[in-house]
Amino acid sequence: MNTLKIFRYQTRDVLRNRWIPGYALFFLLISDALFRFGGDGERVILSLMNVVLLLVPLSAVMLGVMYLYSSREYIELLLTQPIRRGELFLGLFGGLALPLSAAFVVGAGLPFLYHGAAGTGAALPILLGTGVLLTVIFVALAFALALVTEDRTRGMGLALLAWMGFAVLYNGLVLLVVQLFADYPLERVVIGLSVLNPIDLGRILLLLNLDAAALMGFTGAVFERFFGGATGRAVTLAALSLWLAVPLLLGRRAFLRKNF
Amino acid sequence: MIRIRGLRKSYGRTSVLDGVDLDIAAGQVTAILGPNGAGKTTLIKSCLGLVHPDAGEISIGGVSINGDAEYRRRIGYMPQVPRYPENLTVREILAMIRDLRGGNEGDLDTEMMDVFALETQMDKPFRALSGGNRQRVSAAIAFMFRPPLLFLDEPTAGLDPVASSTLKDRIRREKEQGRTVILTSHVMSEIEELADVVIYLLDGRIDFERSVNDLMHGTGEATLERAIARMMIRAVA
Repeated sequence: MNTLKIFRYQTRDVLRNRWIPGYALFFLLISDALFRFGGDGERVILSLMNVVLLLVPLSAVMLGVMYLYSSREYIELLLTQPIRRGELFLGLFGGLALPLSAAFVVGAGLPFLYHGAAGTGAALPILLGTGVLLTVIFVALAFALALVTEDRTRGMGLALLAWMGFAVLYNGLVLLVVQLFADYPLERVVIGLSVLNPIDLGRILLLLNLDAAALMGFTGAVFERFFGGATGRAVTLAALSLWLAVPLLLGRRAFLRKNF
Repeated sequence: MIRIRGLRKSYGRTSVLDGVDLDIAAGQVTAILGPNGAGKTTLIKSCLGLVHPDAGEISIGGVSINGDAEYRRRIGYMPQVPRYPENLTVREILAMIRDLRGGNEGDLDTEMMDVFALETQMDKPFRALSGGNRQRVSAAIAFMFRPPLLFLDEPTAGLDPVASSTLKDRIRREKEQGRTVILTSHVMSEIEELADVVIYLLDGRIDFERSVNDLMHGTGEATLERAIARMMIRAVA
């Protein structure tokens, strides 16, 4: 009950921030520009995919960390009210994750409507859904990081480092492993590695659904072959759910134990 | 009203509270004093459940506070620096706290909002309020639910003389109605004016606990400030 109340007021506060409309506008401009550069719906989705996979995690993790540090005193005040810490934690999480997801969906999705390309089948909802999943996961990750580091600068640094690891360093690592052990059957290793990266899981989820096997990259291709479409999808979604649940539980634990 | 036994808290290697035993009587104004870093804030935050003590027990109104959050329904709190969501208006902030606390509209005590003339501020976002007006909102919230126990951390800091004396009158009236007030302040004349009992914290322990009357008469000094200074010199010697 209290979670919903916190969530309601928090959402209202966050929506009035300038960066939420800014975030929506940013995706609107990109999505719109891709249409104007002469893409049809299908092609715009493929181009947007890479933007989503890189920028959604980055903005979610950075905004999440900043939001938590800047609400610190206010969290302190709310905790002096008759409200349990677990309730407050979920309310704060929803109060950021939902407006951010909504801003992304509206921004990236709107151009599809007015360019008359909404009828591209399941591709658009899957792209938007993956973006929402990544938003929620990286906000959860940001909460966990911000709650275990007392120092604001260090928290921001860690968040940036986490994003760099998942978005950039990870791919280099996979390539290195594949290169080094090229003589061995690597399917299982690669599947194991991709489960360790939510961004890669997001990419696989998108590609399994968009029938763009040629663009899948190594892990995607392995997934397709190893699991086939439906099982691959289920495994990816399960792994992504874990990526949401684990940081959320760790963050909650840190929140319950924290001295304010 | 509050019973504290063997309270210990350290952050890393720094010990902040080093075995505090304390009983705070109901219906009195108790001032917690001490130099910076003596553990005043940590002590208050432990009572509010913001800080988890390493050892010891706190009970409020006979109920141990380890466990649920319900006991805070009986507490009003004015922090040193009030911070609420920047983009919410005063009206929305009040509505939020009311939502969280529950209770009937008719039971609310809105007197502070009237005497502080907060009506003109109601639709401003919190970030647009001056320091003094933030403090006024904070006071209005603390008294609104008629809590039997009040924690006031530097309540008059940032208030102009008129608002400051209005608030002090209110604190005095709270006491007359049998409510328990715990107060910190750097203004000794204010403590002298309001408090019944002074608790002096030093290095995470209770250095002394005496009634204001006793302090003034016992030391023969004319002001509380001098009386406490005298106590400190004696403690050193």
